[in-house]
Amino acid sequence: MENKIVELQQVDKAYRMGRHEFLALKKVNLVIEKGEFCGLVGPSGSGKTTLLNIVGTLDTPTAGRAMVLNHGLENLTHRQAARLRSRYIGFIFQTFNLLPVYTVYENVEFPLLLLGRPEPERHKMVMEALESVHLLDKLDNRPAQLSGGESQRVAIARSIVKKPQLVLADEPTANLDAENSHHILRIMRELNSRYNITFLFSTHDEKVISYLRRKISLVDGRIVSDEHLRPEENHATASDL
Amino acid sequence: MQPLLIFKLAVRNLIGAGLRTWLNVGALSFVFVTIIGTQGIYNGLNEQATHAMIAMELGGGQYWHRNLDPFDPLTFESARGEIPSALQPLIESGKAAPLLIVPGVIFPGGQMQTVQLKGLPVNQKILKLPMQSLANSDADFPVLIGSRMASATGLRQGDRIMVRWRDVHGTYDAREVFVQTVFKTSVGTVDEQQLWMPLKKLQQLTGLENKAGKIILAANIAPVDAGEEWIFHDLDYLLKDLREMVKTKSVSAMFMYILLLSLALLAIFDTQVLSIFKRRKEIGMLMALGMTRGQVIQLFTLEGAIHGMLAAGFGALYGIPLLGYLATHGWALPEYTRGYGMALGERLYPSYGPVLVAGTTVLVLAAVTIVSFLPARKIADMKPTETLRGKVQ
Ligand SMILES: Nc1ncnc2c1ncn2[C@@H]1O[C@H](COP(=O)(O)OP(=O)(O)OP(=O)(O)O)[C@@H](O)[C@H]1O
Ligand SMILES: [Mg+2]
Repeated sequence: MENKIVELQQVDKAYRMGRHEFLALKKVNLVIEKGEFCGLVGPSGSGKTTLLNIVGTLDTPTAGRAMVLNHGLENLTHRQAARLRSRYIGFIFQTFNLLPVYTVYENVEFPLLLLGRPEPERHKMVMEALESVHLLDKLDNRPAQLSGGESQRVAIARSIVKKPQLVLADEPTANLDAENSHHILRIMRELNSRYNITFLFSTHDEKVISYLRRKISLVDGRIVSDEHLRPEENHATASDL
Repeated sequence: MQPLLIFKLAVRNLIGAGLRTWLNVGALSFVFVTIIGTQGIYNGLNEQATHAMIAMELGGGQYWHRNLDPFDPLTFESARGEIPSALQPLIESGKAAPLLIVPGVIFPGGQMQTVQLKGLPVNQKILKLPMQSLANSDADFPVLIGSRMASATGLRQGDRIMVRWRDVHGTYDAREVFVQTVFKTSVGTVDEQQLWMPLKKLQQLTGLENKAGKIILAANIAPVDAGEEWIFHDLDYLLKDLREMVKTKSVSAMFMYILLLSLALLAIFDTQVLSIFKRRKEIGMLMALGMTRGQVIQLFTLEGAIHGMLAAGFGALYGIPLLGYLATHGWALPEYTRGYGMALGERLYPSYGPVLVAGTTVLVLAAVTIVSFLPARKIADMKPTETLRGKVQ
């Protein structure tokens, strides 16, 4: 029981479109356990981002029950949700979303500053995170001076630096070429096994799917299948690079 | 989360925003320096004129004969009385000086001009008029005139001129006086249309022995009760007109300040609106990272407000040397401003008090903060899910 990180029951999400309502999620039931490496897969508009945002407490369902890290979303205030994200949830986006005026080091340090961690501890954690994404040589670069793959690795380091329970990655490879995609996927899988951080992806990228241990398929806001996979073992792990 | 972090991030963002920031900061710093500089001129004006009027005309306060109405020269003849005995000790010890005012006329170059004959003890030290120079004159009736009076009448040192006045019995009397000294002063009211002569001589000439119209008290002497006939006026009363005049002028300057400040604030407002719009995605990301809406609003408000702080710093950088130079070297006043009825010398020395500087800074910072907060409030309506949507960065 303690292992349930996410539990959705009969979750609906309706968007108002003028007079009409559009149901982006329909009666979604989903349980994700600690340490999973799973993905929401489906065509564009199927509700992947919507579901990810609900799990990330950025949005709330319009019906049903949603528990995230033992908090019911129905009665979570904005502040409580912000605190939950700041402590336990990391985000990775398709467009990286780094703070442009901060250096690589400072971008990764930022979540720890929000948490008020003391300096020596921060330094240790930032270096560890940057090491795991192989970016120790770019500490002082600004986001504008990084390639797409490097930017996404900074975003990954930023999402895992606080050792969150859950990392949500919305199409993290959509702006990357094949080589960089494999690189960051290997890194994420290794972080998953090293720190037991739970990863939930949204994707329609076959490369991502090939790394997943669980594939949750969405069509038109409904979960149509939920399969456990044996990810192909021919992917080298990050430490081999 | 520590406020320091928000502050640091705000500074970074602002500096990172580049040219636009510096344009705003430059414009705002100009507003700072202009307000402080201009207000400093009015302060200097006030202080300088006050100082000069105290030295040349007012002393530390004045007893007026109760019939005296300074705006009605016709009262001067009835507005004199026996110098009160209560004030004798002060007068004898040089801490008060009687002043007798007698209206008269002169005819320089055949033109009639009204004047005031003013009698003041030659040995008085309360007013900085060079009365002493009349003490050792050989002339029967030596007078002292100001340089403006001299140029208005064409009189020069050593000239003689006929003065006519009405004596106690109401009959006209006339005498020739000798221009012993021409002195320079910034205080027009002791210069234009004034003929200064030794009190004793004027009293003798007019038959007004032991009479005076005003009694001038030295600075820092407590006024004593001088009886019903004499009313004491302190400096607040005597300087009222000057202060009102300075106030009127600085109020009209206020419109300029408001205009300048509004322009600078408008630029900052515009920058804020633009920056919040352009950085919607970043706002969403900050929320995803666990900042509350309140914190993000604080961040953007602070970014705007820091314009004000940078402007204060930048303004200080060139404002302190510039305004400091003006305060020590003064402005040369153009000739035409000297006749404005204000006692100004040839140079005006602006004066910037701590109240002026601190007050302006607080005011501008508060205005900038409000202007920055207004657009930032919009963040409260933003949904992180919507700002994060979209494929382009
Ligand atoms: N704010 C909104 N208002 C109205 N409709 C919305 C809103 N957000 C999403 N939708 C709709 O909900 C549906 C699901 O959107 P969502 O972004 O979750 O899809 P997705 O699976 O992530 O698609 P993609 O693969 O293109 O990112 C879409 O039809 C979309 O148009
Ligand atoms: Mg999506």
